Amino acid sequence: MISKEIIEHIAKLARIELTEKEKERFSNELSAILDYVDKLNQIDTSEIKGISQVTGLENVVRKDEIRSTSRSDRDEIRNKILNEAPEKKDNYFKVPKILE
Amino acid sequence: MKLGDLTIESAHRGLMKKEFSAVELAKFCLEKIKKENKEINDFLEITEKLALEQAKKVDNKISQREKIGPIGGIPIAIKDNILVEDYKATAGSKILENYKAPYDATVVKRLKDAGAIIIGKTNLDEFAMGSSTENSAFGVVKNPLDKTRVPGGSSGGSAAAVAAGHCLGALGSDTGGSVRQPASFCGIVGFKPSYGMVSRYGLIAMASSLDQIGTFGKNVEDAKLIFDMIKGKDEMDATTVDLNSKSETSQKIKTLKIGVPKEYFAQGINPEVKEKIEKAIGTFSNINAEIKEISLPHTEYSLAVYYIIMPAEVSANLARFDGIKYGFAAKDKNLLEHYLKTREKGFGDEPTRRIMLGTYALSAGYRDAYYNKAQQVRALIKKELDDAFREVDIILTPTAPTPAFKIGEKKDPLSMYLSDIYTTPASLAGLPAISMPCGEAGKLPVGLQIIGPQFYDDFVFDVAQIFWQLSK
Repeated sequence: MISKEIIEHIAKLARIELTEKEKERFSNELSAILDYVDKLNQIDTSEIKGISQVTGLENVVRKDEIRSTSRSDRDEIRNKILNEAPEKKDNYFKVPKILE
Repeated sequence: MKLGDLTIESAHRGLMKKEFSAVELAKFCLEKIKKENKEINDFLEITEKLALEQAKKVDNKISQREKIGPIGGIPIAIKDNILVEDYKATAGSKILENYKAPYDATVVKRLKDAGAIIIGKTNLDEFAMGSSTENSAFGVVKNPLDKTRVPGGSSGGSAAAVAAGHCLGALGSDTGGSVRQPASFCGIVGFKPSYGMVSRYGLIAMASSLDQIGTFGKNVEDAKLIFDMIKGKDEMDATTVDLNSKSETSQKIKTLKIGVPKEYFAQGINPEVKEKIEKAIGTFSNINAEIKEISLPHTEYSLAVYYIIMPAEVSANLARFDGIKYGFAAKDKNLLEHYLKTREKGFGDEPTRRIMLGTYALSAGYRDAYYNKAQQVRALIKKELDDAFREVDIILTPTAPTPAFKIGEKKDPLSMYLSDIYTTPASLAGLPAISMPCGEAGKLPVGLQIIGPQFYDDFVFDVAQIFWQLSK
């Protein structure tokens, strides 16, 4: 059973605030799901190397070059991106204070 | 020629013969969507301006006797987690409710270059998390075949749009079954490529080692035509493979060996579904195929593996939604409070649930027990499937254990997860798989899943086309 303390710890790591009711609900739901996935412990994997991808590709690179040819193109793209920012100033994303 | 009965192929012929124009076809779809969207809720946005602009360009080309390609002038819907420049991309979430895409996804660019008509953005489970499209922050989608039932998920909007005749094809995304399962619930064809066959650039990421953009069509040919236009290596997605999709020669078809994994027919499958699938498999004996029962003993663990690996990757991919660069922002002066409140208000239950699961599975003290273990079992599941393809050419299974369930029927998250049981193995192994209609259970469509060897996407389409012909 996943305790409320663990739920609070996980929620803080995930940077998501939860109400008391949500903490209880998630505690129940996550416990049920984790019980289900526990069945993996039935399998002996001591000799198995885990995979994190399925194509076998490694070190795929491309040239780091600017694609847009004109200054106005670059301005347009920059503006589109910055227009989505909740807070901005000049060409910067504005963030809450992180240093005291 | 009734515009509502068209397939991509027949629409192409009609356009070439000038029986109707691309603008007329686009307007027909747009009108139908506007009339029915309130009820079905398959579209979150109708990209009318873009569609008509593109349609006019195609009509100009036709009048100048220029070639327009097989999907030129064809209305295609795009799942709202795929970026179409200058239009909103919400991913079905309040956290991106007003987010306007600054660029086109590679697949969208390729469709535009091929002259396709982008007709609208379709509804989905929030961040592609769900199997019913009941998790959208913008309302549930109704199955056009039975409006009291779900269309499946997470690409429910795209599947419903094709089934309702709102477009002639659609793009969806499939991480654990989100193209195949809605296709089966809505009685259409849904294809998931081999991992790496289609670029994910411009697809809002859910689980990066599993996500693939897939295609929906009224028939096998249509689903393939769209796939052909979007597939292939992309510099902007380093996980795409530099390979041509493979097929076997027609020789292989003459001695086709079909594998039927017994574990997919064990408990939990609706008996009518089982009957229809067995009947469908049986029709292959008309071409003298060998039908062989095989065993994939680790099948029962795929869901558990998926529900560790996928949430783990989700927890990383959704960390970017912090109210700083885009999206909803709670705007607190304190950074931590800003993050906590932005994500609390912005994310719905299912993304929150999966982020929590993933964070837990990756956290100190639990990572080995959960995440690393799941990666090891994933290796076993993939090896088992790859080995099976040394014995058989193709694998046939049900797509889902039941037909479309009622809206509101599955309240508990775990019971919803169980509907992914047949689709997750092919996702974990990165194999190509298609769902196609093979009869009905009651009055609801049943989907047959065809799984092929890695990178043999064309072969999966070939076998699917054979079944399509056989079942006419």
